Amino acid sequence: MDAISIRQLTKYYGTARGIDQISLSVAEGEFFGFIGPNGAGKSTTIRTLLGLIRPTSGKAQVLGLDIEKDREAILSQTGYLPSEAVFYSGMRVRDILKLSADLRKKNCRESANQLCERLQLDPSRKAEELSFGNRKKVAIVCALQHTPRLLILDEPTSGLDPLMQKEFFDILRERNAAGATIFLSSHILSEIQHNCTRAAIIREGKIIACDRVEVLARTNAKRVSIHGTAELGTLDGVRDLKISSAASTFLYSGAISDLLAVLSQGNIQDLSISEPDLEEIFLHYYSD
Amino acid sequence: MTITRHELRQGKLSFTIWTVSIAFLLMVCVFLFPEMKGEMKAIGALFSSMGSFTAAFGMDRLNFGTLTGFYAIECGNVLGLGGALFASLIGASALSCEERDRTAEFLLTHPVSRVRITTEKLAAVLMQITAMNLIILSLSLLSMALISEQIPWKEILLMHLAYFLMQIELAGICFGISAFLRRGSAGIGLGLATIMYFLNLIANMADRAEFLKYITPFGYCEGADIVSDGALNAVRVAVGMVFAGCGILAAYLKYCKKDIH
Repeated sequence: MDAISIRQLTKYYGTARGIDQISLSVAEGEFFGFIGPNGAGKSTTIRTLLGLIRPTSGKAQVLGLDIEKDREAILSQTGYLPSEAVFYSGMRVRDILKLSADLRKKNCRESANQLCERLQLDPSRKAEELSFGNRKKVAIVCALQHTPRLLILDEPTSGLDPLMQKEFFDILRERNAAGATIFLSSHILSEIQHNCTRAAIIREGKIIACDRVEVLARTNAKRVSIHGTAELGTLDGVRDLKISSAASTFLYSGAISDLLAVLSQGNIQDLSISEPDLEEIFLHYYSD
Repeated sequence: MTITRHELRQGKLSFTIWTVSIAFLLMVCVFLFPEMKGEMKAIGALFSSMGSFTAAFGMDRLNFGTLTGFYAIECGNVLGLGGALFASLIGASALSCEERDRTAEFLLTHPVSRVRITTEKLAAVLMQITAMNLIILSLSLLSMALISEQIPWKEILLMHLAYFLMQIELAGICFGISAFLRRGSAGIGLGLATIMYFLNLIANMADRAEFLKYITPFGYCEGADIVSDGALNAVRVAVGMVFAGCGILAAYLKYCKKDIH
């Protein structure tokens, strides 16, 4: 069964575009990445799936349930980590976690304690005294304490220091290994590349690519770096060209034989051709 | 009941401040009565000769020298206005505060239906208004007993009932408005209560504006009418409760479909 299945989902805010005809499916148990720059429609997609906003048209199912009709059933099996965690003023961390568990009609004290310990979060602190990163930790515990089947994370690592990010992803991998589906929205590509098995790229409200992370990284483009000189101006398919005194590097998506022909005319001391990383793919998808 | 309990806890400070302030002012007024009673001849003549200003506060028809008359005027201004402001304020912020304080995302991503959120928040508003009125009524009766006055039970209870109904009406209307708001709820709540208060003053002063009594809930809270009729104006109360019902219905219809930001 698909954990998330989106068909032609569209959301307009008045006339402003949110998302446009998005179709996407995430299998249960997947660690799925959702990449795009700010304002591309990542949050709109997530907020629609969670029933915070109503789609203008299109359908979507989460855990086999309809997002408009079965909102509560979906939410009871889902953990959501918002990009910006805001809590009620005057409440202690402990009370917020208790409130969240009560709203789910569950007793999560034990798992909440474990998570607080792992994330080094002091449950006796008041929410408004917490730093941005520590508020994020509260939101993480709220999203995880009831051991949901599906985790939807919206830019989860902003505000967390590198050690905490590592701990956080360790927890996510454990949850994923135990069968939970993870939907990770981010604009940080390395996060997606290191953790996700599949990913979709969203741009201006449309999905422009969706595949396994290795496949996304393995477009026909190559990262070429050369030491020496060659007449690159005559080549088609050169992008992101950086020339320094010692070396030139560029992304190349043309025919390899053309590249070799041009290089053989030049004076080359050293050459490397490698698969580009996702960061470069990202530029590739966004450069036109 | 989780949300109601949470709402009550969040509103505790504001509830305490409003209740203590209104009860304190009301008790001070009652304690002033024995002293005022002696000088009432002069004051009564003064108060009843200020023309339309006298009419605005119903002082042309009430005897300031009796506890009932005194209370109807004092109570009308302290509990009437104070209670109305509090009820409008909590009604107007009930649903909108989540989006204003940006906590809506937290609450609405938990498995609770919008209908349940609306119902529990409404319950919290009604419970606060009820508790406030009971506390104020008890303290008011206590203060009357302390100045050793005969308590005019029927008039006092009717007046307090009228103020309670008025607060329910204002809270109901503001609750409806709050479903449409994202911010600025306090201004709208306070504004509405104040406008309603002044509409009643206008209705008292000008006979041609009498119809306003059916629009503003202060219309059925007029101490002079309650004391002379010995009953509330059922038609005005009924119209008011219909307004409240419409507000609450609008809140459910809007909030269940609203896009939350």
